[in-house]
Amino acid sequence: MSNPQQLRYSKEHEWLSAVEDGVATIGITEYAANALGDVVYAQLPEVGDTVTAGETCGELESTKSVSDLYSPVTGEVTAANQDVVDDPSLVNSAPFEGGWLFKVRVTEEPADLLSADEYTAFSGN
Amino acid sequence: MSTAPRLTALDALHRSLGATMTDFAGWDMPLRYASERDEHNAVRTRAGLFDLSHMGEITVTGPEAAAFLSYALVGNIATVGNGRARYTMIVQEDGGIVDDLIVYRLGESEYMVVANAGNAQIVLDALTERVGGFDAEVRDDRDAYALLAVQGPESPAIMKAVTDADLDGLKYYAGLPGTVAGVPALIARTGYTGEDGFELFVAPEHAEALWRALTEAGESHGLIPCGLSCRDTLRLEAGMPLYGHELTTALTPFDAGLGRVVKFEKEGDFVGREALQAAAERAESAPPRKLVGLIAEGRRVPRAGFSVVADGKVIGEVTSGAPSPTLGKPIAMAYVDAAFAAPGTEGVGVDIRGTHEPYEVVALPFYKRQK
Repeated sequence: MSNPQQLRYSKEHEWLSAVEDGVATIGITEYAANALGDVVYAQLPEVGDTVTAGETCGELESTKSVSDLYSPVTGEVTAANQDVVDDPSLVNSAPFEGGWLFKVRVTEEPADLLSADEYTAFSGN
Repeated sequence: MSTAPRLTALDALHRSLGATMTDFAGWDMPLRYASERDEHNAVRTRAGLFDLSHMGEITVTGPEAAAFLSYALVGNIATVGNGRARYTMIVQEDGGIVDDLIVYRLGESEYMVVANAGNAQIVLDALTERVGGFDAEVRDDRDAYALLAVQGPESPAIMKAVTDADLDGLKYYAGLPGTVAGVPALIARTGYTGEDGFELFVAPEHAEALWRALTEAGESHGLIPCGLSCRDTLRLEAGMPLYGHELTTALTPFDAGLGRVVKFEKEGDFVGREALQAAAERAESAPPRKLVGLIAEGRRVPRAGFSVVADGKVIGEVTSGAPSPTLGKPIAMAYVDAAFAAPGTEGVGVDIRGTHEPYEVVALPFYKRQK
């Protein structure tokens, strides 16, 4: 498993894309998806919602458990991935690509986001 | 008690297969190898291979072994034929369920009691205490066996490739000693998945050779290794109770809708008789809560301990819940007040983190295989 170099990571196992025109894409890492098991239900924040770095903004439910979804940054949600709502298994099959979760117009990002190498060391994967 | 989890004889193999391991009743067991949904579907449509070595084997021998087990357990073990098996329970004096068990009759006066991993010591202690006065012996054989299970519609074909044992003559809930892939095994046609299948009790040193032989024989039949996660969804769909969830010491077999395992007509007294007679009458005249199935209309999954609600009131509690791969919807088993237990009862929901999600009340099981 490898964590894409161009992304940044939170200690809650979310990834954050490079910010383009003020907007970043957010998902969960492959490590997190594997730890969850088959995701069967995704409740994502809605477009227009304000999310806050480090706070819960939705939930991901797998066979064995339900996990809170955290936003790695603060800002306004500009998109939620309807494909994942319709087919939550995308989170498992393509966590860094088609399984992205939501996009945020970033107003504030914490200073402690990790690089790919730092996240790999942090998660052990 | 040591906090280090116990390892099965197949531990290294599971890790080489990339299994996600989990602590289960003090054992480090495979939770899943890849996708638990794929593993579940393999067992429903093809075959799956499980390591169940955490289960607790207790051997009972002696001239009065049958009489002793009929006294110590709720079933009539004296009527179990040689080479047959029986699903039964052990209860406290007050009728509360200590564990559910399978008893295999291995010989004229030899039985193997298989207990749940988390209860094996308690069952062993209870049997050891209750054997006093009987000409019988109770032996802890937990370390004597590894247990592998091949489950699914392809399991007979896979087994036939690795054994000459008379599998066609081996009915459901029967067991016979034989040789599988060159390894001496007790071959039982039992399982906890709702599918046809086999459970193979072997010496731990033979477990790996047997696992590899079954994997090879099963390859062309679509067999894959399966973990405890799919075992739980398989048994839940099949409406099979799990100790600690549907069965507890606070419930009698009658409360759990399993009064049929209690045999009042058997010879002699048995532990819990008086309390169970009262429980049987109560279940008949004024049933407390009943065990039902619930199927979600939405997609949020009910979990053990969640409240079942109707008209804003709590009318029951979920004991097991999971997304059902076969039904494609979340399902649950729950104890609900008798007034809400009829299939089709309107207005029943589950409180999922504060939201009352609508659920349909159904009779168990959710899934029954076509024979």
